[in-house]
Amino acid sequence: MKAKVHITLKNGVLDPQGKAVQHALASLGFEGVNDVRQGKFIELDINETDRAKAKEQVEAMCRTLLANTVIENYTVELAD
Amino acid sequence: MKAAVIVFPGSNCDRDVAVALKASMGHMPLMVWHRDTELPLLDLIVVPGGFSYGDYLRSGAMAAHSPIMREVKTRAEQGVPVLGICNGFQILTEAGLLPGALMRNAGLKFICRDVGLTVEHSDSIFTAKYEAGQSLRIPVAHHDGNYFADEETLNRIEGNGQVAFRYAENINGSARNIAGVYNEKRNVLGMMPHPERLADPELGGTDGKPMFDALVEALS
Amino acid sequence: MTQITPEIVAQHGLKPEEYELVLQIMGREPNLTELGIFSVMWSEHCSYKSSKKWLKTLPTEAPWVICGPGENAGVVDIGDGQAAIFKMESHNHPSYIEPYQGAATGVGGILRDVFTMGARPVANVNALRFGEPSHPKTRHLVAGVVAGIGGYGNCVGVPTIAGQTSFHSSYNGNILVNAMTVGLAEKDNIFYSAAAGVGNAVVYFGSKTGRDGIHGATMASAEFSEDAEEKRPTVQVGDPFTEKLLIEACLELMATDAIVAIQDMGAAGLTSSSFEMASKGGLGIEMDLDKVPMREEGMSAYEIMLSESQERMLMVLKPGREEIARRIMEKWELDFAIVGRLTETGRMVLRRHGEIVADLPIDPLAKAAPEYDRPWVPSTKRPVVKTEDVPAKPVDEALKTLIGCPDLASKRWIWEQYDHMVMGDTTHRPGGDAGVVRVHGTRKALAVTTDCTPRYVLADPQEGGRQAVAEAYRNLCAVGARPLAVTDNLNFGNPEKPEIMGQIVEAIRGMGQACEDLDFPVVSGNVSLYNETNGQPIDPTPQIGALGLIEDISKSTSLPFKKAGQVIIKIGETKGWLGASLYLREVCGREEGAPPPVALHRERRAGEFVREQIQAGIVTACHDVSDGGILVAVAEMAMASGIGAKLHAPATLPAHAWAFGEDQGRYILTVEESDAAALMEAAQEYDLSVRIIGTTGGDSVELDGVGVAVSELRKINEGWMPQYMGATEIVA
Repeated sequence: MKAKVHITLKNGVLDPQGKAVQHALASLGFEGVNDVRQGKFIELDINETDRAKAKEQVEAMCRTLLANTVIENYTVELAD
Repeated sequence: MKAAVIVFPGSNCDRDVAVALKASMGHMPLMVWHRDTELPLLDLIVVPGGFSYGDYLRSGAMAAHSPIMREVKTRAEQGVPVLGICNGFQILTEAGLLPGALMRNAGLKFICRDVGLTVEHSDSIFTAKYEAGQSLRIPVAHHDGNYFADEETLNRIEGNGQVAFRYAENINGSARNIAGVYNEKRNVLGMMPHPERLADPELGGTDGKPMFDALVEALS
Repeated sequence: MTQITPEIVAQHGLKPEEYELVLQIMGREPNLTELGIFSVMWSEHCSYKSSKKWLKTLPTEAPWVICGPGENAGVVDIGDGQAAIFKMESHNHPSYIEPYQGAATGVGGILRDVFTMGARPVANVNALRFGEPSHPKTRHLVAGVVAGIGGYGNCVGVPTIAGQTSFHSSYNGNILVNAMTVGLAEKDNIFYSAAAGVGNAVVYFGSKTGRDGIHGATMASAEFSEDAEEKRPTVQVGDPFTEKLLIEACLELMATDAIVAIQDMGAAGLTSSSFEMASKGGLGIEMDLDKVPMREEGMSAYEIMLSESQERMLMVLKPGREEIARRIMEKWELDFAIVGRLTETGRMVLRRHGEIVADLPIDPLAKAAPEYDRPWVPSTKRPVVKTEDVPAKPVDEALKTLIGCPDLASKRWIWEQYDHMVMGDTTHRPGGDAGVVRVHGTRKALAVTTDCTPRYVLADPQEGGRQAVAEAYRNLCAVGARPLAVTDNLNFGNPEKPEIMGQIVEAIRGMGQACEDLDFPVVSGNVSLYNETNGQPIDPTPQIGALGLIEDISKSTSLPFKKAGQVIIKIGETKGWLGASLYLREVCGREEGAPPPVALHRERRAGEFVREQIQAGIVTACHDVSDGGILVAVAEMAMASGIGAKLHAPATLPAHAWAFGEDQGRYILTVEESDAAALMEAAQEYDLSVRIIGTTGGDSVELDGVGVAVSELRKINEGWMPQYMGATEIVA
């Protein structure tokens, strides 16, 4: 089963890379971009076939390693 | 005195800190490979700078889960002094031994230069040979040194005297200019600046040396 | 099977007459894999076919040279059983197409050349040439190249201690990224690339092979056109973490007695590494390409042989040592595979899926590569510019213009992005005449510099070639180092044009004379030709990287003034040469005139004298005089220290000519007043022109009462680069 993990910075945590992208977009003439937040996308291919167990497993991976919960949030999406 | 330096794949300041320790201690520390699971009886553990695991995923994230780190955590909880420098600081925060996190520098660029630091207080095994308020010149060399913690945590660590050093000038966006923090018991210190890089007059200064001297004096 | 048409031959960068030679060597039509192998082996980049004839004329020997050109890097003896190994290499074209990865992999490649020979890399240096600052691409290229060099070098943990960066419109379409690495080895544990021992295992280790950079070596040898952007997929991606593991794994393996020969996979990857090892050993190789660790599925023999995936090595092991090697590679989590065996056939036989996919004779390919004696015409000599024909602008204004111009402005913005202190031995950080690192655990130190003044080379290639070597020599002497040897990186335009070939021939001639007269042999080097876009060549840039030895680090000196009240002494004669000077270009807007001549015998005497005085311990600061002349040199010493200077020019020359003339062979020294007389007297013995020009002190740099505050100079000098790069204020 494929699992897709999105990791984003928590609200309130300054994202200097996102800010830089926002400035760059503005200077390229793309108007009306109110905010840019940069994150990570991680794709996992796992053996588990039970959706509930798979979700639990991937969330444990996020808490342990993939995300730093001091500054980051994560979402897990399962695809077949 | 017995000290150990933990070596991860991608560590690159392991030798530098070993040399600085030797200058104060008289002999080389033990170099411990990250896959080891046990440590001998030790007086000091150093987690050195570098790019453990290439700093891929997040700086320090993968090293924090190395086999040896479980043992380092146990020792830290038992009160053994642990010093994390630069990548070592990142690893200690990722491992949950220190509060907060280190994010990409606000200027987005790697910064390597001497910076001014202020010693918050001399009431720790690491800073006993400095004075509270003393100004130091110590080099930094990092891409991810922007210290972050939420307001509540910041207030708490300030209240507990867990801030060890502050930058004289905010070089990387760190919250409240924080350059180094202790755990609550103050036996674990993490700092972005590299005291081992200015502990030899031929390299241009010795402001980092009193930290190693203080450790050796207290732990011998 | 693909039919080899003239179009396919042309796509592989082979000329019809070169393809004739291919047919002769093969005795049949080659298949596509074989043609691909010929094309990379015979590319300019790998074969030096246009420059070889002239490179052979360079002096390469001295009693302290252990290994000259022809191996991965040059090796010199630094005493006590130790050797320094170094080389410079270009990554120009890849850096223009993808600046971050291009520059990063350039650093990775040169590091591998050095640790392949058994050395731990201890210093990186780089020379960068960008287009004019106003060109729309320049800022993006600077940002990417600098981040790439830093990203790679910082992660592997090798300090970047010196460099040279300049800007000129001739590089608008072809930037130069020349990277140099210096390593330290035990003299009796140096590794070479000649294979030996029929039956011995040929081992691949490092990263896996992907489709990166296929045809990078041919790309690096073809003139750019505007569609360069479309070549993007051939750019390789670097992995500095793996490189760091590779360094540690190699050094660990080299400490055992397991390796017969070793070679990194650089340009032309597995092809050039396997052919070189076999050719140098006079042997053949049979390789099973199915064994090559691969990152992608369905790779063809052609792709495997031509891939330029990074962080890969090839070695020949002694019998029975496979397991030791495998264990060490596993410890460092690197791929390891026995991919072939040495044979006595002198042929390269490659299998894929059980079938022979290529069968080529090794020596004819490796050694019979075409060698051209390309037609060339001597460069037109430019007339000498008379001093009286150069307008005299106010000295203070001119000084401010010069120290704030892109070429002289502080490059702190660049080198603060490089870790220049890791390894704990950097005694002279960037920004001085040469970077210096101690030889770990000893009193010795290595000084490293890189130099070239392209506007001089353009004006007179031979004089410019001499000057590049002489300036490198001077920069080493200025820190108290004995110059040992050089590596060169010859960057030129299209050698098929006689006037460009003329620049190459004359520049090499000039370099050769200087190396000969200064006892400063060339031990390694690299050639980058076809640096042209739409027929516009770069200014000829024979970049020199040089290494010097300091016997005792306590007997070296540095550029900043040390205290007020010291005497400032100038060594070397000042005639006020303004032709091809920065003053003429930046202040008067004229790029013309013959460059200042280099008197090599005087250069050598001056260098020896300066070193002797530094050894004697009386020199408190030292700086060579180069771009911008005396006043710029003094201003740099003042800015680095915060201590001003009061200077007096002789009445015999106009002030601007004395202050900004670029006569060669000169140094500025400071000594205590009580030491000045002895130094002046000692200079007589060396038959050197020597003159007290002022004293240190105050908070401005003044020439006969006209001055600029040091703080203002600093502001101008430090201001340009951050402002140009648009450094934003940090939001705390």
